Amino acid sequence: MAIARDRNARTMLILLGFVAAMLALGFASVPLYRMFCQVTGFAGTTQRVDVEQANSVKATANTISVRFDGNTERGMPWEFRPERPTDTVTIGARDMAIFIARNNSDKPITGTATYNVEPEQTGPYFTKIQCFCFTSQTLQPGEEVRMPVLYYVDPAILDDENAKDVEQITLSYTFHQAKVQPET
Amino acid sequence: MATTADSFQAHTEEHHHDADHKPSFFARWFMSTNHKDIGTLYLIFAIFAGVIGGGISGIMRAELREPGIQYLGWWVALLGGEAGFDQTLHMWNVLISAHGLIMVFFMVMPAMIGGFANWFVPIMIGAPDMAFPRMNNISFWLTVAGFCSLMISTFMPGGTGLGAGTGWTVYAPLSTSGSPGPAVDFAIFSLHLAGAGSIMGAINFITTIFNMRAPGMTLHKMPLFVWSVLVTAFLLLLALPVLAAAITMLITDRNFGTTFFDPAGGGDPLLYQHLFWFFGHPEVYIMILPGFGMISQIIATFSRKPVFGYLGMAYAMVAIGVVGFIVWAHHMYTVGLDVNTKMYFTAATMVIAVPTGIKIFSWIATMWKGSLTFASPMVWALGFIFLFTVGGVTGVVLANGGIDDNLHDTYYVVAHFHYVLSLGAVTSLFAGFYYWFPKMSGRMHSELLAHIHFWIFFVGVNMIFFPMHFLGMDGMPRRIPDYTPAFAYWNNFATIGYEVMAVSVGVFFVNLIYAFVAGKKAGPNPWGEGATTLEWTLSSPPPFHQFETLPVIDDNHDHSHGGKPATA
Repeated sequence: MAIARDRNARTMLILLGFVAAMLALGFASVPLYRMFCQVTGFAGTTQRVDVEQANSVKATANTISVRFDGNTERGMPWEFRPERPTDTVTIGARDMAIFIARNNSDKPITGTATYNVEPEQTGPYFTKIQCFCFTSQTLQPGEEVRMPVLYYVDPAILDDENAKDVEQITLSYTFHQAKVQPET
Repeated sequence: MATTADSFQAHTEEHHHDADHKPSFFARWFMSTNHKDIGTLYLIFAIFAGVIGGGISGIMRAELREPGIQYLGWWVALLGGEAGFDQTLHMWNVLISAHGLIMVFFMVMPAMIGGFANWFVPIMIGAPDMAFPRMNNISFWLTVAGFCSLMISTFMPGGTGLGAGTGWTVYAPLSTSGSPGPAVDFAIFSLHLAGAGSIMGAINFITTIFNMRAPGMTLHKMPLFVWSVLVTAFLLLLALPVLAAAITMLITDRNFGTTFFDPAGGGDPLLYQHLFWFFGHPEVYIMILPGFGMISQIIATFSRKPVFGYLGMAYAMVAIGVVGFIVWAHHMYTVGLDVNTKMYFTAATMVIAVPTGIKIFSWIATMWKGSLTFASPMVWALGFIFLFTVGGVTGVVLANGGIDDNLHDTYYVVAHFHYVLSLGAVTSLFAGFYYWFPKMSGRMHSELLAHIHFWIFFVGVNMIFFPMHFLGMDGMPRRIPDYTPAFAYWNNFATIGYEVMAVSVGVFFVNLIYAFVAGKKAGPNPWGEGATTLEWTLSSPPPFHQFETLPVIDDNHDHSHGGKPATA
């Protein structure tokens, strides 16, 4: 009887190990999913490089259209829009897009932007060198700022069966009220 | 077989005078550690929860009988809320959420796993009880506590009105920033409790099946129902902790300022959907696999043949379980997956049709040239095969990412998953109930009433759900209480179908009462020589403690044959 009980206890411990592992995996999925998106461009996640890496990219003869979209979360008292709705850029060449944000409320507000591109298969190729979205932004009451994005479309897109025929990439930002707001 | 049964019974009476000694009423039913009593408790609980969940669907069908909002405001007022327009529509969300959660976590799972598996897995493998009888008791009462928590949530403020209106999927951000108030916390807590109970149950079943089989009962001789429960238990063990993690993150997002699923703090609401469906898809197999197991036993019994392709049947269930973990995103085709991802999930999903097809065709092959009798469990089992196949076929349709773009969140999806669950899983539950009721109660039910129950139920559920295919193809969205008059005809038809189905449930309860009041006493084996698993070697109902001397499974017999007492 004692032997049977030991055996059952051992089986239970192993099974509890499975449960603990899956529970841990559930929580670990938060950073893992973020890393997965950043590495693969899954869900239209854009890429980020520093200036030196960007310098090694050569411009090509092909062009592609980029559409800009700027919107805000419900209840966010900012006005936020791209300066120009579309731009035609040379694949591999750097370009700058300007977004205009204005705080319409009577107190300073910190915003943080989420972003991705459509169609999603262009995520691995849409590369940002500088972006207002890398950090949070604080606007004073009534303040209006021009926010730059320095980016290029990676020439590798021309070798991707699923992405090379894309004629227009839409770059979209949504501004949210950051969890940490400035003291008033 | 009869001689084996008699000799075993004689043996039991000879040597174990206290085998039928039962504790007092309170100790027996509230502190039970006996797998058969806990199984009975689970079945009673599942019937109770099923009546509530089914009653809620009755409210929904009444509301959908014609366009416009008819009854919802009345229910808001009844629960003590203020019946404004938003509160009225919120009531609808509360009803669909409660219906889904109750039917999944508090009806199908307790009946299949808690009820039938608790009752018959130990007996079928020749074990005296479950490996951890006290943990078995905790599992049951955690499930009851979870149900109470869900019921309490209905009377709590949920943001727009009373109750949790998040759907059974509890998607963020509707369940986080979209639903202030404690209702959703109570609903999530209910999932925690039911989930913890199910994980303990799963550990208990796996340990029992691995360690407590009678001498000679190798894994490849186990009845298919035991196999189905083994696979189900592993699915529970691996899927439920992921749900627990996801809904725990929901709780902290709601109450403790974390931003796991809130983009304002760097989180991603889509991640919640991935986590939920990583649990949710195995969950649908958790609900149907024990049904597969029961159907295999029943078809073999009433064909008087061992089941065709035993190993194929067992490993088809293993394959369904494994592949079930890598198809989750077919619930999320419209969130914006790229083409390659959709292609993968379409192909992986369709692959599941192969092991499922093996099962369907093996059941048919089992009947081929069998000596068929059409007792009530067999009729229900045949109904299961038909209805489940219809649901499986629409599943293959929906598996296509391209088609699903069009059908996502329409009534076509509602029709599909009710054909596999409401008509598939529930039909298998009734099949199992009529199959084992004489064994569990010691009384025969009325075969006539059981047949009447089947035919009315069969007509009723098909009237409810078949027209939903048309409604979905025409674009009627699910989760919405109102619709254009163009959809009125088939909605009215479905509501009439609900009434027909409700009558059949009445017949079921009449049959139960009949059995307990006037039912004939059931012998050890009322189903004849086709019933060869170990439970039919015991008396009906079985002794309070069975197999104090373990049965030995004869090497010369195949997996499905009963044991005889140890000679040592």
